[in-house]
Amino acid sequence: MLKRSFILGLGLLLLLVLITGCGKSATTSKEPGGEPAGAPSKEAYKIGAVVDISGPGSSLGEPENNTLQMLVDELNAKGGIDGHPVELTILDNKSNETEAVLAAKKLIEQNVLAIIGCSQSGTSLAMVDTITKSQVPMVSMAASAKIVTTAAGEQQPWVFKTAQSDIIVANKIAKYLVGKGIKDVAFLSMNNAFGDSGLLNFEKAAADNGINILIKQKFEATDTDMTAQLTKVKASKAKATVVWAIPPSASIVTKNFRSLGINMPLIHTHGIGNQTFIDLAGADANGVIAPMGKLVVAEQLPDTDAQKQVLLDYLSDYQAKYTKRPSTFGGHGYDAFQLTVKAIEQAGPDRAKIREALEQITGYAGISGVFNLSAKDHNGLGDDSMVMVEIKDGKWTYLSN
Amino acid sequence: MGIESQYIQYLISGFTLGSIYALIALALVVTFNITGVFNLAIGEFVTIGALTAVSLREAGCPILFAYILAVMLAGLVGALMERTTIHPARKASVLTLIIITIGVSIALRGAALLIWKTHPYTLPSFVNTASINLLGAVIIPQSLFVLGLAVVAVGFLLVFFDFTFFGKAVRAAMMNRTAAQLVGINPGRLSMFAFTFGSIIAALSGIFITPITAATYDMGFTLGLKGFVAAILGGVTNVTGAIIGGLLLGVIEAFAAGTLSTGLKDAIAMIVMIIVLLTRPTGILGDR
Amino acid sequence: MASRKIWLWLSGAAVIVLFLPLLIKNSFLLGIFIVIGLYSIVSQGLGLLMGYAGQVSFGQAAFYGLGAYTAAILATRYQTPPLLCLLAAPFLPALVALIIGRPILRLREHYLVLATLGIGILVFALFKEFSDLTGGPSGLTGIPYLAIGHLVFDSDRDYFFLVWCVLGLVLLGMANLTRSPVGRVFRAIHSSEKAAEAVGISTASLKLQAFVVSAFLAGIAGALYSFWVTFISPSPFGFTTSVEFALMVVVGGLGTLWGPVLGSGIIVGLDKFLQWAVPEVLPTVGGEFEIIFFGVIFVIIMLFRPKGLLLPEKSIVAVAAKTEDR
Repeated sequence: MLKRSFILGLGLLLLLVLITGCGKSATTSKEPGGEPAGAPSKEAYKIGAVVDISGPGSSLGEPENNTLQMLVDELNAKGGIDGHPVELTILDNKSNETEAVLAAKKLIEQNVLAIIGCSQSGTSLAMVDTITKSQVPMVSMAASAKIVTTAAGEQQPWVFKTAQSDIIVANKIAKYLVGKGIKDVAFLSMNNAFGDSGLLNFEKAAADNGINILIKQKFEATDTDMTAQLTKVKASKAKATVVWAIPPSASIVTKNFRSLGINMPLIHTHGIGNQTFIDLAGADANGVIAPMGKLVVAEQLPDTDAQKQVLLDYLSDYQAKYTKRPSTFGGHGYDAFQLTVKAIEQAGPDRAKIREALEQITGYAGISGVFNLSAKDHNGLGDDSMVMVEIKDGKWTYLSN
Repeated sequence: MGIESQYIQYLISGFTLGSIYALIALALVVTFNITGVFNLAIGEFVTIGALTAVSLREAGCPILFAYILAVMLAGLVGALMERTTIHPARKASVLTLIIITIGVSIALRGAALLIWKTHPYTLPSFVNTASINLLGAVIIPQSLFVLGLAVVAVGFLLVFFDFTFFGKAVRAAMMNRTAAQLVGINPGRLSMFAFTFGSIIAALSGIFITPITAATYDMGFTLGLKGFVAAILGGVTNVTGAIIGGLLLGVIEAFAAGTLSTGLKDAIAMIVMIIVLLTRPTGILGDR
Repeated sequence: MASRKIWLWLSGAAVIVLFLPLLIKNSFLLGIFIVIGLYSIVSQGLGLLMGYAGQVSFGQAAFYGLGAYTAAILATRYQTPPLLCLLAAPFLPALVALIIGRPILRLREHYLVLATLGIGILVFALFKEFSDLTGGPSGLTGIPYLAIGHLVFDSDRDYFFLVWCVLGLVLLGMANLTRSPVGRVFRAIHSSEKAAEAVGISTASLKLQAFVVSAFLAGIAGALYSFWVTFISPSPFGFTTSVEFALMVVVGGLGTLWGPVLGSGIIVGLDKFLQWAVPEVLPTVGGEFEIIFFGVIFVIIMLFRPKGLLLPEKSIVAVAAKTEDR
């Protein structure tokens, strides 16, 4: 009995010590490697980031993590913000909502000026209450409009986001269909928050543009075969198919689509915006059309495009450091970081002022689009942030805006 | 596409899916029957087989060589798992063993994440022919290979158990461990054989299915789960049952997705499994 | 009535709990303790089922989720006052457990594991599917704060007290239960179901009671979770969480009062500890190593302390070394 109690007591004590220990150390996570140039005596500006680096959201989180680290190193090499070095703490929430909440709390305890995060809508939403209560500005890299909107329809005062809202994607697809004279479509989506948001927004866009969704089907992210759902599409009178998914399921749907010999335009979304989609779908990817952030076709944009230079620089910097091309998700991380830095430059180390400064950023040409933030719009992106692309010969080709 | 063609298509997709599940169920059933342990980490061996093959190919290994090496590696890991985690725990309770296999699956998944990250990978189809048309429905050639593998594996096992000395020894051990020990059969070696064999089958199925689906570090989880359901359906005491169970599960899922809704297909698969567990726990082909 | 020893322990623990938030203003740590508290409530219930009644459930996250969703839906869609939601929420999972419990609990070992696993996945799929009610995969936002009269629980400190008070009540209840005649009967079932039945104990109804209680407790914890994060989605209520609950009970010590609490602390704490320790020891690696260590540590615990850390049982490695057959 004594031995048991002893173990119990020891265990609890050890636990407390460990947790307290790791709770206090502010330098636990990945710090920027760069040495700050200029006056080292200036106090560091702390920024926090909660990213879905591992777990199901990692295909979004990994490029974002890479981008954030690259940018903070570049910034510190230039001397930081007004000579203040920037200390970026990146935490992995493992794509888990409870972890996201705890990570946010940890960063707030470390007195960060703002929090960038998360990569997915679910994990971002989980943090909203925590950062609002502590009044810390949050810039999410996820897409759902719910992140920045309260239940009453107002903008969440402390929350911003850099990914294009799904309504923009939906509108672009709808306008493309109208342009091609197509009125009846089939709609397939992933059975998760991403797909659901797509469904909701596409229904709206379709209604606004006189398009009929004849058939709606869903599939799980882990499904290995979608011919059952596609069979129904083939049997329907739809003249085009819209798929709202990310790889690998987006690629599997595409392969199944082609092998069933379904003869109609196949339209995807920004969810397929990386090389992986093409690699997995192989030759079946040719002919796929999608609205996309401008990053994938940066080189093909007209020189007059406001974003072209920023995009090309990002491409070359990222490839120099990580050898592969960045994805649009990395771009969301890029924009979140730059917007935060801009706001801090304007407002100094004051959370409330940073929040105000964020609302005042206009005309900022980023990776995801040209941002025009305001008190009524905490996303700041419009239809011009995306362009239509087509996959030809295994490469992204710019179609139109 | 007429309604009959639709149904035939569902049947075919069901068979495609189902043969994937069948292979995994087979690996599970073999292991379970020999050792009495449900290897919850079986899905991770599918991952190991698939992703190792991908890496070897990317490193320039000729295809066949890459596949054989990948399978051998998986077998080795399986044997290692048995020796280090199962063998020392062979007298433990069912719950303990289950948790051990869960621990191993977590560790293996972490290792896969570490080595291959989250990137999905693919392998080329075995033959580069177009899809086959059957009665208005379409068959992907690779799925025939998957089904073929399942059939070959079962055939091999049946021959093994009925016609070879080692196989008969294994069957004896399955029926009565003590008696088998008395006549000199070593249960420890059998256990290692079971795990090695199970991981080889799992790895092979990983390689065969990757041209159809993609391979990611966490593919093993859902597949392993479906493999379990399939094994229950068919009867965990029966090798042929594993195949039947897998095909049945695949068809149920395909029809549920096609006629009802995708979200419900997992729910329906679970309901079917629970009904089977409650009414005929030894499965469709198992002995009462 | 619980023995003096238990009262002593509980008072000591209560003092620590009361003083903790005064020492720790750190919202991160409070958050961790809230999570440990919530998980402890669930695993106490599971501990009753697994440790005392000797059954297994790999589907507790379903009950946790049912409690969370019931509370959230009542609060948001039906404008029910949060306190009422909290009180009503656990009854749904308890009811579900009552209905499915009797047939399910007739199963044994592997089959019971799979059946409870199946239930967990089934309920999870339903959470995603009925999006009109549950918000589907995108989840439910806008859950109000819990309020008892004029006291609004909107700070981590208040919530910490709330959760640990509930846990304290649960522990008291458990202590009473296990020292009562009912508790002895449970242990009899655990040791040998056949022997228990031979002396006329209705094992089926007692197992069912344990199952229902475990579902009820999980439901309470779920409701508390809803009102803390004020946003829920299906993802915290999946298979991984169910497995974690089972691990908490087993690691802490099957059939002990404090085992589940220790187990919860270890699982949550271990995760955070690895988050801190791994980069210290191996600075260049990422979060993947934590996952590997997590799995390896469980295997090691199971090999050397199969009944959990609180019970100094001979390790199964030692047992296996002897040649006796089971």
